[in-house]
Amino acid sequence: MKNSNSSIYSKVQRNWDWRAAGNFIGGGVGSGLIFWSILLSPLGYDSLWLMLAGLALVGTGLFCVWLEIGRPWRALNVFKHVSTSWMSREAIVAPPLFAAGAACWLFEPLLAWPTALLALLFLYSQSRILLADKGIPAWRHPRCPQLVITTGLTEGCGLLILALPLIDTHQPWSWALMLILLGLRVLAWQHYRAGLEQASAPPACQKKFTAINPQFLWLGHIAPAVLLGFAFVQAEAAMLAGILAIGSGAWMKYTLICKASFIQGYSMQHIPVRGQRAPQRSVSAH
Amino acid sequence: MTRYAMTVDLRRCVGCQTCTAACKQKNGTAPGVQWRKVLDIETGEFPDVRRTFMPVACMHCDEPPCEEVCPTTATQKRDDGLVSIDYDMCIGCSNCVMACPYEARSIAHDVKFAYGDKPMANEAKMFDPARIEVASKCTFCIERIDQAHEQGLTPGVHPEVTPACVNSCASGAMLFGDIEDPNSNVSKLLKETQSFRQHEELGTGPGVYYIWDKNDEEL
Repeated sequence: MKNSNSSIYSKVQRNWDWRAAGNFIGGGVGSGLIFWSILLSPLGYDSLWLMLAGLALVGTGLFCVWLEIGRPWRALNVFKHVSTSWMSREAIVAPPLFAAGAACWLFEPLLAWPTALLALLFLYSQSRILLADKGIPAWRHPRCPQLVITTGLTEGCGLLILALPLIDTHQPWSWALMLILLGLRVLAWQHYRAGLEQASAPPACQKKFTAINPQFLWLGHIAPAVLLGFAFVQAEAAMLAGILAIGSGAWMKYTLICKASFIQGYSMQHIPVRGQRAPQRSVSAH
Repeated sequence: MTRYAMTVDLRRCVGCQTCTAACKQKNGTAPGVQWRKVLDIETGEFPDVRRTFMPVACMHCDEPPCEEVCPTTATQKRDDGLVSIDYDMCIGCSNCVMACPYEARSIAHDVKFAYGDKPMANEAKMFDPARIEVASKCTFCIERIDQAHEQGLTPGVHPEVTPACVNSCASGAMLFGDIEDPNSNVSKLLKETQSFRQHEELGTGPGVYYIWDKNDEEL
């Protein structure tokens, strides 16, 4: 379709930038780290500092959002629509998450388990924020949440593998977990992209994902998997695998939020019939 | 129950953009912010080409996705079908902008006027600092609708209580009224014609109907 008005075409949204992406990246890796560091703590390491690092990352992500909103001094209004808004729900989960983390640190180590659960809820809420945004085909796709969740969990595990030797010792079980998560993330990624194609998402959006696909697969999945295998010979290789898993996940989410977020575009199902009646035709303006 | 809706007769619209200008004049929106615009769409291939003009704005949906995602309840759907924004409540998170499939919402980040720092008369009159850094969109000239009851007038019939774009339409392509009233101008027109609504597959129930042909029974 030719068009003299470029605004009819689907274009990338410009309202959410790196700050919004920062929330999804920080929130994802932070909540993933909290969850896995607590869940794997029976292996025999102290998860406290890892959990606190995860909380700091979640907090950094929320701070990024605060920087982005137009009226930051009204930010507390964000709690007002828990009945339907996943952004409100994300916000409502955050205070108990931090409170549970602080209480775990200061008073009761057993509170680590509810903290892990709240971290998971936080990650889930983030994934649903995107799903509810009907104006962005790449976000509203039903397979988007599973990609966001598996990416957050993979990044969190990557950070766990990276940080564990710094505060304790390597944990080969975390490497095995990482291999599983890498497999799940690559499946979610391929499944999501296939879904976008089936749903006829804007071609420009799909091109953005196609452009990062080779690097995302090789640097984000195959290379970390090989490095994790090599880690049984040279343990430090696992740390590099963790870095790659985190970096690739963050890069993919940045692409999802800032680069591939093409808006819906208009549609004109029928061309108006003027004068002599013409055959019906449909026009979809991406 | 009243449900205000708009009809746009695509057969009549000539793309003059008078509705766009009337909206800018009436609401004093900032440069770069268009609550209403008219798309200029060219279809087909030479020699069978057609040009169609399609006015677009907020669709005042039955199930507004903007209301669902709004974390503050600033966006509300009223009983009469109008979707409104409480500018004093909105935090400018842009979530509603992302949720709208009709590109109806925008955020003015700075105080700007059409000709630099000094506002034109209408801009000075309509300037509202509460609208900076928050979401805004077409309101269907909500304050006029609210006056209708007080003045005993009917939106879509009496110009004083009818959206500015509808009043200004040179070709009579746009009508406004209560779709629940079988005798309203929009109900009658929709009965006589064939229409569509944009992106109905998303389940939003848009309140703007695009008329494209006569009803089959009329032919």
